[in-house]
Amino acid sequence: MSWLFENFSDVWALAVTHVALSVPPILLGLIISVPLGWFAHRYRWGRGTLLTIAGLLYTIPSLALIIAMPTILGTQILDPINLIAALTLYAVALLVRTAADAFDQVSPQVLDAATALGYGPWRRFWQVQFPLAAPIIIAGTRVVSSSTVSLVTLGALVGMSGLGYLFTDGTQRSFPFEIGVGIVGTVLIALIFDLIIVLIGKALLPWSRTRRVRAKTNAETLEVTTNA
Amino acid sequence: MLDGLNWLLDPAHWSGSRGIPTRLLEHLAITGLTLLIAGVIALAAGLAIGHTRRGRGLVVGLSGALRAMPTLGLLVFIAVQFGFGVRLAIIPTLIVLVVLAIPPILAGAYAGVESVDPATVDASRALGLTEWQILWRVEFPLALPLIVGGLRSAMLQVVATATVAAYISLGGLGRFLFDALPLRDYPQMLAGAILVAALALILDLLFLLVGKAVLPAGVRATRGTRRSKTPTERTAA
Repeated sequence: MSWLFENFSDVWALAVTHVALSVPPILLGLIISVPLGWFAHRYRWGRGTLLTIAGLLYTIPSLALIIAMPTILGTQILDPINLIAALTLYAVALLVRTAADAFDQVSPQVLDAATALGYGPWRRFWQVQFPLAAPIIIAGTRVVSSSTVSLVTLGALVGMSGLGYLFTDGTQRSFPFEIGVGIVGTVLIALIFDLIIVLIGKALLPWSRTRRVRAKTNAETLEVTTNA
Repeated sequence: MLDGLNWLLDPAHWSGSRGIPTRLLEHLAITGLTLLIAGVIALAAGLAIGHTRRGRGLVVGLSGALRAMPTLGLLVFIAVQFGFGVRLAIIPTLIVLVVLAIPPILAGAYAGVESVDPATVDASRALGLTEWQILWRVEFPLALPLIVGGLRSAMLQVVATATVAAYISLGGLGRFLFDALPLRDYPQMLAGAILVAALALILDLLFLLVGKAVLPAGVRATRGTRRSKTPTERTAA
């Protein structure tokens, strides 16, 4: 335990880096997936193509993707952009499908009713379709958030910072406590992120009843698990 | 990318105990062994949960709790904490991989049995089948496509994580990444990444075909409407 007190500032700095590496893939994934998901929902051919690409992308092991990134992006091997880009691709691979499903679930009658009330396509999307799809998209974002926070640790294997450094350093020094601190820290960050997403969801969608969302969340939980 | 391909095509890298075929076989052996162990445990539990409809919360809770768990951390923790871990790297590797593979297989088996029309089960019961016969002759065959779907997601995770496991000096395709890293031999790292990705894609395709082949003939006719809704199947697609 004294190790943690003595090295707390180092661990804290690693945790801050970890957060900084985790947030961009989650946010970028969300921003990219919602329009793509809408596209997949709207156009049948778009659905087949996008979901197939997403499926293939998700098949590629993440460590392989991180290592292949410098070739694709022309970056240096140690550039954190590689990690962020690879994890963003993963987030998109997971979220496109969820977003497409979420838009599918919005009843067409509700959209027709909005049109009948004089909503234009743009306003109808933002005020009717998107808010009704949002609970499921938020549930998907929670899944992506937990897996991203956990996958950031893999960056340590190719020399990047973050709490994963405690795993590689702890292994080299044969010091399980340090590794344990890394595990607990990663899980804590994932839990805090999860809580923040839930709170944002509640603040943005005060009307949404928890029941339907929860049923869907369970389905997501069954469906998706971290792909190291 | 070209450097990686050149590395792959060099005949010198295709022989010996550190050659591509050996590493590929090691990777397949670790993956196969893990799926076998996890499959036995998770199928038994999943079929029981699906048949009795008890313990669903366990499945959901288990996969939720595991998602945030960094597998690399768990792996090196077990390896370093227990003395045998570093010398016999296969033990911590198998523990972590099995733990990782159980939730998707469990979910597939459970969702598969649950997706069977209750009327079908009632009809079997009315025909005088015992509960055991219902499970093996009715629910299991009907659940098979989803069970294969669960095995497929488990396989993808195991192939990916087995790569990471090479960090604690076990064989498998991950060795190409970790052997090359200290030497800054990027072509070899890239070649390793290509091999792992190719293996995952080929195995994925194989499971997809098996999943189609095990679909009972009677179900094939009504496929479109029934199967699209089940959760694990959607991952598989």
